[in-house]
Amino acid sequence: MDVQTWTYLIVGFTFALYIGIAIWSKAKSTKEFYVAGGNISPIANGMATAADWMSAASFISMAGMIAFSGYGGSVFLMGWTGGYVLLAFLVAPYLRKYGKFTVPEFIGERFYSKTARLVAVLCLIVVSVTYVIGQMKGVGVAFSRFLETDYNTGLFIGMGIVFFYAVLGGMKGITYTQIAQYVVLIFAYTVPAIFISLELTGNPIPQFGLLGNVSDGTPLLQKLDTVITELGFGQYTNSVMGSKLNMFAYTLSLMIGTAGLPHVIIRFFTVKKVSDARLSAGWALVFIAILYTTAPAVAAMARLKFTKTIQVDKVGEVSGNIEYEKRPKWFKNWEKTGLLKHEDKNGDGRIQYYNDANKTFASTASEYGWKGNEMTKVDNDIMVLANPEIAKLPGWVVALVVAGGLAAALSTAAGLLLAISSSISHDLLKGIFRPQITEKQELNASRSAMVGAILLAGYFGINPPDFAAGTVAIAFGLAASSIFPVLMMGIFVKKMNREGAIAGMIAGLGVTLLYVFQHKGIMFIPGTSYMGGMEDNWFFGITPNAFGAVGAIVNFVVAFIVSKMAKDPPEEVQKLVEDIRLPQVNEN
Amino acid sequence: MNDQKSESENSSSSLGSGMTRQEYWKKNITCVLSLLAVWFVVSYGCGILFVEQMNKISIGGAQFGFWMAQQGSIYVFVVLIFVYVRFMNRLDREFTGTCQNEEKVQTEGEEQS
Repeated sequence: MDVQTWTYLIVGFTFALYIGIAIWSKAKSTKEFYVAGGNISPIANGMATAADWMSAASFISMAGMIAFSGYGGSVFLMGWTGGYVLLAFLVAPYLRKYGKFTVPEFIGERFYSKTARLVAVLCLIVVSVTYVIGQMKGVGVAFSRFLETDYNTGLFIGMGIVFFYAVLGGMKGITYTQIAQYVVLIFAYTVPAIFISLELTGNPIPQFGLLGNVSDGTPLLQKLDTVITELGFGQYTNSVMGSKLNMFAYTLSLMIGTAGLPHVIIRFFTVKKVSDARLSAGWALVFIAILYTTAPAVAAMARLKFTKTIQVDKVGEVSGNIEYEKRPKWFKNWEKTGLLKHEDKNGDGRIQYYNDANKTFASTASEYGWKGNEMTKVDNDIMVLANPEIAKLPGWVVALVVAGGLAAALSTAAGLLLAISSSISHDLLKGIFRPQITEKQELNASRSAMVGAILLAGYFGINPPDFAAGTVAIAFGLAASSIFPVLMMGIFVKKMNREGAIAGMIAGLGVTLLYVFQHKGIMFIPGTSYMGGMEDNWFFGITPNAFGAVGAIVNFVVAFIVSKMAKDPPEEVQKLVEDIRLPQVNEN
Repeated sequence: MNDQKSESENSSSSLGSGMTRQEYWKKNITCVLSLLAVWFVVSYGCGILFVEQMNKISIGGAQFGFWMAQQGSIYVFVVLIFVYVRFMNRLDREFTGTCQNEEKVQTEGEEQS
């Protein structure tokens, strides 16, 4: 069977599975819709959280980003896992103890203010919508590349599937599908990694393969360093991203952003008791770590493999570069998508791939008769998707990776859509505007909100705003600068009052948005960036994506200053804080 | 974070020989802070701030600092959460033991799932 048939078969099978689960797990009450009835086991919830968490970006893009940034890419690895330590220690147990349905609900009650709740809903929607657009795009791309359908058709099919199980089953349906999706995606990620690790290092476990030797006896990483520095690129194992301060701030932003993402936090509302919430965070990280420790191995191996495909032999000798006509089949396939581009600058019919921005090497290169880097585009995203083809794996592995990518995108999209719809029906409607509605009406409202959210996400998927690509990191910055600090102060600072919290949230969010806009354009419209994207104007060399950490500090400082000027929170709120700190009270 | 000391209205929750709410909270905070210290050292310390020094050591075919940043810190994170879970479960049991009489009354009002 060819790849296409396999893809239809495997993707079709997984979709049928998701629909089956949806029919089986229809939500009957708001509690089932919002928190899956509150009795999911810690391991099951950990698995669902892992799928919820690992998006199309983790699955498709991360290894590619690491492959081309080397050591600097570590910020994603540490940032997106270390946040779970914060979630387990500082957020999940207390919010589970609080025991309600949404994050804005906690913020509203803790800070005895509908305004605080409203600000929290706004932060949540901004963060979740920017994040969901990326997932929808991922679905469309996967379909158009592998099933040779039109991008929009792919997107509609994806929307239809999410629609089915998210609207029908709410959190209950989403949880059970996410468990299935985790199994699909982890299998899809590790199988090709095992094959490529075996081929390059002889070790079937990619995590160990990364430390192993290649066939000529030199360590893999050393070999990679040699191969790419010979072509003028920076060393893989110690190329810093920006500066160390930037890496520090970037990692911190991703970590506290993770601990402040509402769609992740609400997953911990679905377990039975507080101790389960802690345990569940541990399991979630175990399941996440399986992929996150495989990714750096995939990254290093794919980079080596990719470079060696083009630079087949000695640098500088004519025969060292592959002839364009002899390029492998996967190369041609990806050229068709435009994600891989070659331009024969010196007209020798061969491909030269090197770092022409490196002046010293560029002059050596011109002695070889090279006239610039001919790989004019190598998109990060192809590394994982092309990996099985590069390693010449059978068609079913390629098909599996496609199903895995779709599982990652759909599971994250569903989690985000639930966070959006519950904040609209539970916080805005029931909590602020129409408190008198019945449970049945609220359930209907949450289903309608879900439909609305899917349509909105689909609309942006078809008409992606220019800023879609760069926004996931920004979403983290916003969660880091607004939601995380306010949760910390709500739990750990009993005297923090309404005024401080609201001022802090607005200040943190404001500073971060301002910094992002001034360097990337107002609402990301190019040309409106009033300070330019250039490095000279960066605050201590911190990139806009890494600015959430600074925003969080501003949030804390402003909140403390303002809170000193206003009255202490009322007695019952202080009692609530006392209460969420004692986990065992409502356990059986 | 250390406002628990100034609270006097909660002294009612202390039951003679047992653990008070303040003691429970203090132990929780101490545990979290010490584990966070490890969390900081393995990621920001070994992986970023002192990565050059760490890179002088090697582990398999990799430099230690690089390995900590890409793999090692993640393993430590997993261990940290499970250490925390064990510590807190034990602390909860000790506390529930001492506060059983007092908390029982509150428990009845709560949902039993």
